[in-house]
Amino acid sequence: MSSTDQVAESHVHRDDVASRMGMWLFLFTELLLFGGMFLLYSVYRFEYADQFHIAAKELNIILGAFNTAVLLTSSMTMALSIVAIQRNQKTLSLVLQIITIVLALFFLINKYFEWTAKIHHGIYPGSEELLSRSSGEILFFGLYYVMTGLHGVHVIVGMFLIAIMARMTRKGIITHNNYVRLENIGLYWHLVDIIWIFLFPLFYLIT
Amino acid sequence: MSAEAATINTKGHEPSYLEYKGKHTGILGWILSTDHKRIGILYLISLSFFFIVGVTFGFLMRLELLAPGRTIMDAQTYNSIFTLHGVIMIFLFVVPGLPAVFGNFALPLLIGAKDVAFPRINLMSWYLYVIGGLLAIVAILLPGGPADTGWTFYIPYSVRTNTNVVFALSAAFVLGFSSILTGLNFVTTVHRLRAPGMSWFKMPLSVWSFYATAWVQVLATPIIGITLLLVIIERLLGVGIFDPALGGDPVLYQHLFWIYSHPAVYIMILPAMGIVSEIIPVFAHRTIFGYKFIAFSSIAIALFGSLVWAHHMFTVGMSDTGQFVFSLLTMVVAIPSAIKVFNWIATLYQGSIELEVPMLFVLAFIFLFTIGGLTGVMQGILSIDIQVHDTSFIVAHFHYVMFGGTGFGFFAALHYWFPKMFGRMYNKKLAKLYFWMLFVGFNVLYFPMFIMGWLGMPRRYYDYLPEFHSYHVISTIGSWIVVPAILLMAYNMYRSVFKGKIVTEKNVWGGETLDWATDTPPTHENFAEIPVVSTDPYQYKMNEEELAEEEVS
Repeated sequence: MSSTDQVAESHVHRDDVASRMGMWLFLFTELLLFGGMFLLYSVYRFEYADQFHIAAKELNIILGAFNTAVLLTSSMTMALSIVAIQRNQKTLSLVLQIITIVLALFFLINKYFEWTAKIHHGIYPGSEELLSRSSGEILFFGLYYVMTGLHGVHVIVGMFLIAIMARMTRKGIITHNNYVRLENIGLYWHLVDIIWIFLFPLFYLIT
Repeated sequence: MSAEAATINTKGHEPSYLEYKGKHTGILGWILSTDHKRIGILYLISLSFFFIVGVTFGFLMRLELLAPGRTIMDAQTYNSIFTLHGVIMIFLFVVPGLPAVFGNFALPLLIGAKDVAFPRINLMSWYLYVIGGLLAIVAILLPGGPADTGWTFYIPYSVRTNTNVVFALSAAFVLGFSSILTGLNFVTTVHRLRAPGMSWFKMPLSVWSFYATAWVQVLATPIIGITLLLVIIERLLGVGIFDPALGGDPVLYQHLFWIYSHPAVYIMILPAMGIVSEIIPVFAHRTIFGYKFIAFSSIAIALFGSLVWAHHMFTVGMSDTGQFVFSLLTMVVAIPSAIKVFNWIATLYQGSIELEVPMLFVLAFIFLFTIGGLTGVMQGILSIDIQVHDTSFIVAHFHYVMFGGTGFGFFAALHYWFPKMFGRMYNKKLAKLYFWMLFVGFNVLYFPMFIMGWLGMPRRYYDYLPEFHSYHVISTIGSWIVVPAILLMAYNMYRSVFKGKIVTEKNVWGGETLDWATDTPPTHENFAEIPVVSTDPYQYKMNEEELAEEEVS
């Protein structure tokens, strides 16, 4: 990687506005990616309203709410870490970034227990238990696994990205006058958060 | 290359991007280069490879259809071949085609920039392209064989068939990413890197169309990404999403598929239209007519083109209101395309037209695209669509637009920028020969499909009724003219890169855009000094009377 960097050096110029613009465009594509699934969700929920209602009762609202709180808090620590670096408080920013990663890990562990509990009850794609149920419930759990799963993948990616940012902060690559990378990863993290804010009511709170 | 390097260096020029020595040399200097021009050439090579593969499959299909019944392959093979032809040509040639090759090579030159906004992401998108390409063709070698679903991957067959659909789906998914990254890069580049003084309405028209295309790439591609990903998940894990056996809705799949895939045809055609707008003024020696109309029509096409997807699905049983709205919007989208055609013709009017090779391709483009476009409007009419749906009429229409349009646009751009790319000129006589072969062969190949389709010849069948025999024979003969023409072109290009006549003048064709202000071939940095733009593009001295009048007044 470093060798390509050097080749690129003569070409790369710093343009924070362009970086931010690129990130926003990327976030649009992410929104549309999930948008496709939200569209599916709304069509199927319209078609099988009652069955979605029944299926949603099986999700654990407390776990879901806890995870929402965890993720919202992580968004806050992420935002604070950017403010910290802007004020040249490197250590504080670093600590806040690490807290964000830890919270993301919490979220995933929680999710893991939630999924395994479901699977333990025989509710997973293609299971006999699930296939014996109505179409609406099959679709509900199909979407549940796919949408929270894809969201989970985004959380994992986010953790890696923030870890890279933490390393860059420690090495002094991200500083109080060059923090656009951290800012962009922050934007990504808020997107991950916002998608969860829609997933939570759509799956857990429609009972 | 060394001979050329010597010639140029003795003249005391700065080394061109072809001979520029970076951190790496040899092949690594290319595949690790973040120079937009080198990436453009990488795309050109890889695209040409896949194009030839796609042509081969198309040629085999035509050969099979030479006679009714089994001719050279069985039905299953035919199904796989038309799927591969579609997947390769759509996702690996026409969608990336012009933006990836000529957008990369020329866009920064046209706006007076040293590179695109994100050079490394640009290189990454090429790697994604290669990975996607390999995924698309590797399934040929695997047990189970390549997908046989058609490039549309319609549910439920795509979750039931035992062929390697997952490979084709993942290929399209990865290629989608590549496309998104290119789009994202170009939008940002156009916003951030225009030379000082180049306001929006001083941009060359191809920049407008690359810009509009880039937006469609960014906004439409994620939808197909998620849709194909869901089909992959459905196939691999048995999750109920689209499969009607699990309560899913196959028509919903079609909607999601076409929400991307219709705008995608504008990803394919818009840049070609931009190239046409670029080439016409150069070879008509005349300022483009109706600059703003052409610029805004690109945006209008991008906008309306995103709202017409369900005209691919008039036969699935939509509501009458839905059909009416989509039919109407389909007609509306023809208006900006027609505006472009009228403006091009108005530009040609009273121009002193020079029939260089790029211009020939452009004129053929206008002719073929008009036929393709007008038959497209026909299909937008509900009653006609019911008649021609899933017939070879659609195939003919599509090839007139995509091959006659985008394909010829691609060839035009190739022959236009070739001297700038390599500092060499191709054999013009040979080029004119294969141009005419292509043009004639193209019409022989595809026009009979209009007639057959109108009479009821279904598409995607390896067999047909005897009454269609003569049309199929004519069409197959057409393919025997088109394929040699393409091979001749490949030969001419390949040979000219190494042995063509050396070109050193900056402005090969007498163009007025900034790409012709760079060295031939351009230096690594394109411009020693970033130019300052003060005039509109396309300031041609043609129409001297008008100029004289201006001076008088």
